[in-house]
Amino acid sequence: MKIPSSIWTLLIGILLTLVSLWYGQNHGLLPTAASDEALLVDGLFNTMMIASTGIFLIVEGGLIYSAIKYRRRAGDDQDGPPVHGNVPLEILWTAIPAIIVLGISVYSFDVYNSIGGFSPHAVHEAPIASQAMKMPGAAIAATLTDTPPSTEPNLNQEKSDEAMQDPATAAVRNVDQIPQKQNAPGVGSVAPTIGPVPGKEGQPPALVVNVTGLQYAWLFTYPETGITTGELHVPIGREVQINMTANDVIHAFWVPEFRLKQDAIPGRQSEIRFTPNKEGSYALICAELCGPYHGAMRSQVVVEKPEVFEAWMQEQQVASNDTLNQAVAVNPAELSPAEFLAPYTHDIGIQSETLHQLHNK
Amino acid sequence: MTQAQVQETANIPAQAEEPGIRKWWEYFTFNTDHKVIGIQYLVSTFIFYCIGGAMADLVRTELRTPEVDFVTPEVYNSLFTLHATIMIFLWIVPAGAGFTNYVLPLMIGAKDMAFPRLNALAFWIVPPAGLMLIASLAVGDAPDAGWTSYPPLSLVTGQVGEGIWIMSVLLLGTSSILGAINFLVTLLKMRTPGLGFNQLPLFCWAAFATSALVLVSTPVLAAGLILLAFDLFAGTTFFNPTGGGDPVVYQHMFWFYSHPAVYIMILPFFGVISEVIPVHSRKPIFGYKAIAYSSLAISFLGLIVWAHHMFTSGIPGWLRMFFMITTMIIAVPTGIKIFSWMGTLWGGKLHLERPALLFAIGFVGTFVIGGISGVMLAAVPFDIHVHDTYFVVAHLHYVLFGGSVLGIYAGFYHWFPKMTGRMLNNFWGQVHFVLTIVGLNMTFLPMHKLGMLGMNRRVAQYDPKFTLLNEICTYGAYILAVSTLPFIVNVIWSWMYGPKAGNNPWKALTLEWMTTSPPAIENFDKPPVLATGPYDYGLEKAKEGVPLSDADPAVSAGPNSVLRAEPDEPYPSIAAEKGER
Ligand code: HEM
Ligand SMILES: [Cu+2]
Ligand SMILES: [Cu+2]
Repeated sequence: MKIPSSIWTLLIGILLTLVSLWYGQNHGLLPTAASDEALLVDGLFNTMMIASTGIFLIVEGGLIYSAIKYRRRAGDDQDGPPVHGNVPLEILWTAIPAIIVLGISVYSFDVYNSIGGFSPHAVHEAPIASQAMKMPGAAIAATLTDTPPSTEPNLNQEKSDEAMQDPATAAVRNVDQIPQKQNAPGVGSVAPTIGPVPGKEGQPPALVVNVTGLQYAWLFTYPETGITTGELHVPIGREVQINMTANDVIHAFWVPEFRLKQDAIPGRQSEIRFTPNKEGSYALICAELCGPYHGAMRSQVVVEKPEVFEAWMQEQQVASNDTLNQAVAVNPAELSPAEFLAPYTHDIGIQSETLHQLHNK
Repeated sequence: MTQAQVQETANIPAQAEEPGIRKWWEYFTFNTDHKVIGIQYLVSTFIFYCIGGAMADLVRTELRTPEVDFVTPEVYNSLFTLHATIMIFLWIVPAGAGFTNYVLPLMIGAKDMAFPRLNALAFWIVPPAGLMLIASLAVGDAPDAGWTSYPPLSLVTGQVGEGIWIMSVLLLGTSSILGAINFLVTLLKMRTPGLGFNQLPLFCWAAFATSALVLVSTPVLAAGLILLAFDLFAGTTFFNPTGGGDPVVYQHMFWFYSHPAVYIMILPFFGVISEVIPVHSRKPIFGYKAIAYSSLAISFLGLIVWAHHMFTSGIPGWLRMFFMITTMIIAVPTGIKIFSWMGTLWGGKLHLERPALLFAIGFVGTFVIGGISGVMLAAVPFDIHVHDTYFVVAHLHYVLFGGSVLGIYAGFYHWFPKMTGRMLNNFWGQVHFVLTIVGLNMTFLPMHKLGMLGMNRRVAQYDPKFTLLNEICTYGAYILAVSTLPFIVNVIWSWMYGPKAGNNPWKALTLEWMTTSPPAIENFDKPPVLATGPYDYGLEKAKEGVPLSDADPAVSAGPNSVLRAEPDEPYPSIAAEKGER
């Protein structure tokens, strides 16, 4: 019995859908999700994976099928049928990808919003309208010299000054005082990044940590405690805000398990907020090429129970005060990077695992 | 006689015996013949490809183990910086210019490019710029800030190396601008009478879209690099934060060119694939207009997606969303092409024994993986996770290797008989194909997983838990190195001793096949006659009275005086050469 081709199409369609649905959720390509944000991002990825698997199978299947079915048989020197096009078909395969990418865009937008990408406080601090109104006349025509000095608050500078209030932070941030850039191009806030999640706008985060990137280490200072460390400890289940900048070149703060990444740029303040939700110790990786030992610029993020975290703070406070005195007593500019970093890290560049082993001792 | 035969016989130049055979040394001169220049481009860029590929294998050798044990981290950084710079600026981009040079004037029935001397100049910029870049390794101060060369890092690594890098990229950019102007003018002004845009071979459409993109975007890169050079040598602080500069501004300028650059690298090969598939599957291209206009759409959209490389460097949320959406939209015209190629293959008579078609099918099958991961990267929340990781390295190689390089190979196998008058060996071509596909997937497929699990890019050392996957990648890279050997031997041997090809071994219908192989110095004796459209395969089966292509047959259309420049004066150099004979 000959099965009509429409039935075949239907069967293949169902099979494709099932395979895609299954693989999209069982690909095992992502590390543990250890923050609230990570779960949302994974949902997005799995959805994209479902669509991708489908498209992949259709295209590769189509190619392989054509290669087998339509290969030229020996002795056949005829041409194929002169088909120039088929408008409904072309519209169909324009429309389907268009709908898919539209869907992915909407979903991404939603995830981005839910992880705090549109931190509303940013919009309030630098509203487009008010800025435009304060510029009398044609701003475009103004030359450099007759532009009055800006009276707009420089949010980057404010944040930076704020961080410098903390002596421990000031000690590790650039002594050359790289000037903090005015707000990012366009409308923006403090190098706009990932802010508070919707519903938590305006609330201070449970914990703020200032992070400085420098060749080839991350330095963390916990404001008002005097704690300076080379690894990040955070309590589980509380919203953490990281304020970061860099002293020399661009670095990038990446914790794969949190699915978060942000460049730390000299001259700018950037921030990300996240809520860790799984106990453990995760690698913090510098993701932006920052010199020969870029690959060695790793550290640990330890997510621990609030009690454990408090105990760690106590312990550090004692230890850090010594380190801090030491760091303040000498002018870091006169030290070689190695000497400067010695209190925080050891033997950078010998092996990526060095830091890890050190911290786990 | 079918219409195709009319076209073929009408156009063969009269002085047909041993036409256009040149002395070997002519390839080392300032020759103004577009065909010589095309081959100069193709051969010299292939040599650069081998050098860049050798560097890739050194990089992979270092990455076979998690420790830094093969080269020093400094040398490692120079290696991948040079690898990427060479592959992009000295291989893919100029190889595209090479094909365009060779094929474009033939396809539109012109004698040569509009500006032959400018054309030769554009080529002769390339080898010195490349040699200078590679020589920096010998000086011991090779550039090592990555091919993106972001400040402030590029300002604190070696001045000499960085200066060489800037100079060399500026030169190469100049060369591609000169080439693009030439292609555009040639395409607009030198088409044979009656050849309208809607009868152009699709490769010409692709060349048109590419050249327009080059003209708009390359000057911005040049501006960025010149400012960077000021920062480096004159102490200005455009991008240097210690003086109040902003490194992110450099990123905008850099990517304003370098994102479109990926379309500059892929569009010509979209064109190549659109030529190869119909010829070797003996069917008209499916959806001619869709493919032609989608090239233009890609070219336009390509200009407004650059900031997707900067999602993590701190741009406002709404800008991230804007660039996410424009990037997503580019997938649509690209998808149109992929499905149109599949529509062309469907129901054809596929000459699978021919490497050109194999590589074209390989192109579609591999490129689609790069396209899919590209859409994923456009989704901001996911990009934030995988930006600057091996996921990106995997994506870009699926696009550039699985796309551009396979496209180049398809083009080589397709046009080799035209260029040399001889056939390549099919068997060794098939071996080349299989090795390439196996090596390609073995090298780059595992990198997706590496990136997602947490391996960042541009590192000489990594977490030991990634060792196994990295070993697989490394052995894949060795297979890729081996895969080029059958190709190289095949090309050299066939060029010298291969069987004679005849004028039109593939029975193709585009104009370049309507002249001798290799073509005579000025290509055609008189403006060529067009009796069929470029892809009218299988028409003998169609009923009488079906128009040959969308427009009326051009034979009856007569000269199109608007589109045709005044009849060219013979070019002085060519006239001189003819006088000598
Ligand atoms: C011959 C096979 C190839 C191998 C084994 C290979 C290998 C690699 C590897 C391992 C990297 C990452 C280096 C690192 O991040 O440390 C890389 C980067 C890169 N490759 Fe290739 N590659 C090959 C071919 C190509 C081709 C044909 C292109 C064409 C344009 C290309 C363009 C690039 C680019 C643009 C980068 C980015 C460099 C960067 O991250 O700065 N590669 N390649
Ligand atoms: Cu770093
Ligand atoms: Cu780094």
